[in-house]
Amino acid sequence: MKLYEVFIRAKSGLNHRHVGSLHAADSHMALQNARDVYTRREEGVSIWVVEASAISASNPEQAESWFDPAIDKVYRHPTFYPLDKEVDNM
Amino acid sequence: MYSQGLKDAEGGQEPAGLLKAFQARIDKEEKIEPRDWMPEAYRQTLIRQMSQHAHSEIVGQLPEGNWITRAPTLKRKMILLAKVQDEAGHGLYIYSATETLGITRTKMTEQLLSGEAKYSSIFNYPTPSWADMGAIGWLVDGAAIMNQVPLCRASYGPYARAMVRICKEESFHQRQGYDIMTSLARGSAAQKKMAQDALNRFWWPALMMFGPSDKDSTHSAQSMKWKIKRFSNDELRQKFIDATVPQAEHLGLTIPDEDLKWNEDTGHYDFGDIDWQEFINVIKGYGPCNKERLRARQNAHDDGAWVREAAEVYQQKKAQL
Repeated sequence: MKLYEVFIRAKSGLNHRHVGSLHAADSHMALQNARDVYTRREEGVSIWVVEASAISASNPEQAESWFDPAIDKVYRHPTFYPLDKEVDNM
Repeated sequence: MYSQGLKDAEGGQEPAGLLKAFQARIDKEEKIEPRDWMPEAYRQTLIRQMSQHAHSEIVGQLPEGNWITRAPTLKRKMILLAKVQDEAGHGLYIYSATETLGITRTKMTEQLLSGEAKYSSIFNYPTPSWADMGAIGWLVDGAAIMNQVPLCRASYGPYARAMVRICKEESFHQRQGYDIMTSLARGSAAQKKMAQDALNRFWWPALMMFGPSDKDSTHSAQSMKWKIKRFSNDELRQKFIDATVPQAEHLGLTIPDEDLKWNEDTGHYDFGDIDWQEFINVIKGYGPCNKERLRARQNAHDDGAWVREAAEVYQQKKAQL
């Protein structure tokens, strides 16, 4: 049996969101199992299943070098730019 | 992502710097995720606790499954079916979360069937009466909720997330149990007697579910430090008693404890001594139904072998197409 990751869209307009995983022989069985395991109380309107081995993930040990460079780029946020009071909001 | 990137410690000394940084993350209430570095002892503690939790959900289906075909009305039958299905789901959520720590589902099943891994002592008690379905939902699921709500904030991300789902569903379990008790307590004299009898048999085992007293609990201190545990066994037990006694009184049922008394000074109920020898015996495998429960699990595993095999063959066949 293969490991599948399960993603569910709670209602239309929202992203599919990771909810957990399960074992199945193929994607068809994975979808059926996901319906029974993860949507017993109207938790979703759409399900994605993805074989866990098909997912590439960033390495947590490189988290600093990957994500920290964003910290000092405050000029990417609107609040970096003061506005004259007369202009007020923009 | 949930696939397993297990970094083994190989029994070697773990670097002090990593250990310190790890504890600092925990102290800051940061969640630990599957591929983050973690001490081997943290990993093993979680595997033990989480797999035993999952096993409890699965074995917990047995005492109630016993009553599905004999529920008194179609409504009760549908409710009980939904509850037992939930227990299977809860087991699966936690098995999935445990697998992220690097242990396989097959291994966990082996550990359950061989008796190496434990499950909650409560499921080794028999359910000879319909009222037991009420007592289990009200008391056993009620006690489980006391334990599980703090686990929604456990430091290990996948465990905490699984617990959030479980707690949402568990409230229904407790209420449907209390609903059964209410119907019986307000029914005929015979029905009221059934309710009282179930309470008599399940009260003390429910209190034992919180585990040994704090002074005798072996795993508590480290688990608290790692924020796998938030409250001590005795604190949770007291909370449960304080919440449950008025519910019993409301139904006109009597808690089977002569020493139970409201204490104005502490603001809590005082209660009698728990028979810890009974608890130890049940944990060791000498409870009323230990053998029966494991045999039922073993039979289910054996009877399902052809399904697993067929799924494997089907998977291989499809891969060749």
